Amino acid sequence: MPFRIPTTAGQQFSLPWIKYSKIDNPSTGWGVALRMFFEIAFFRSLFRNTKADILNGRLYVGSNKWLWIGALAFHYCFLIILVRHLRFFVGETPWCISLIDSIDSFWQIGLPMLYMTDIIIAAALLYLLGRRIFNPQVKYISLPSDYFPLFLILGIVATGILMRYFAKVDITSIKELTLGLVYLNPIVPKGLGSLFYIHLFLVSVLFAYFPFSKLMHMGGVFLSPTRNLANNNRMKRHVNPWDYPVKHRHYEEYENEFREKMKKAGIPVEKE
Amino acid sequence: MYDGWKIILGLIVFVIIVTLPFTMSIGKPYVQPKPSIDTPEIQKMEKKQCIEPKQYMREMHIKILYSWKDYATREGKRVYVASDGKQYDVSLQNTCMKCHSNKEKFCDECHNYVNVKPYCWDCHIEPKVGGVK
Repeated sequence: MPFRIPTTAGQQFSLPWIKYSKIDNPSTGWGVALRMFFEIAFFRSLFRNTKADILNGRLYVGSNKWLWIGALAFHYCFLIILVRHLRFFVGETPWCISLIDSIDSFWQIGLPMLYMTDIIIAAALLYLLGRRIFNPQVKYISLPSDYFPLFLILGIVATGILMRYFAKVDITSIKELTLGLVYLNPIVPKGLGSLFYIHLFLVSVLFAYFPFSKLMHMGGVFLSPTRNLANNNRMKRHVNPWDYPVKHRHYEEYENEFREKMKKAGIPVEKE
Repeated sequence: MYDGWKIILGLIVFVIIVTLPFTMSIGKPYVQPKPSIDTPEIQKMEKKQCIEPKQYMREMHIKILYSWKDYATREGKRVYVASDGKQYDVSLQNTCMKCHSNKEKFCDECHNYVNVKPYCWDCHIEPKVGGVK
């Protein structure tokens, strides 16, 4: 990068006796690593989300954490659910997956035991969808590519919840199918309901859609130049790496070539 | 590509994580679950069928057991009428485990396979290995 892009939220490093913000406006690589960690693990930029409103003719700007809470709840639940599914894809489930499973279901409500993440992800998704439907400003800027992943993931969550708690499926046969894929020896067991295949289809659609959609923020967050570059513009010289030697010609050379012609035409020259 | 090694490192980490299910299975034999119904009680039966059809039991046994718990301990209802009209005692110990006396070769076979840990035996007495109560 020729220049760092310091969209900061804290005091820049300048003089040693001026206290500066090490995480929000880092000047070192380690500071950047911390900023990236907080960005990825806790959505720190979103935490600063504000909302402007006009009340009694005056403009007020206040902090608005709902989007941050909804996004954080959704992403972590999605991660836990994804990791939990590993029990269908490996022969012997590792203990850490079992641990996550038992913590997730530790309320021991009903049988099969209720996973908290199932409730939270459904609530978070409905909030994120409701925001796009009922908030006029957000509705105005929402595109099909915003709604589609929401509906897709809602469909996946809904079929998953239906299979686990209500319609019930033959889970042993499902694992025979998934392990068949893992061992590169695919089989299709009998007796699997359509609900499972709907779930599988929607997940496949999600995986196929992922690399071409806004969901690529999963990889893109690591490449945000405003987050992953240290703000050291004044400490180091940053040369544009795609600079190339520009072809140029001095006036002197030009005049040397055309001096005679210029004289004949009456154009003044610097050297005779 | 500037700072290319960072991108490539990230991609390598991503690929390793995504392929974990495959790499974790390398070298481990594939064991298919075979729940055994070879017990003395079942051998005596002429028509080897559980209280409901097999596929239904495979999918719904958890719901049946859960409702049986409420029938027996909360509502005092002790008779289950199956879909074919036959009547059964609502009792894990005396109905289910009478035939399926081989817990470790029947229940555990699938439960371990899909990593399910039912808490039946927190309250009920776990049958001893060998199938004798």
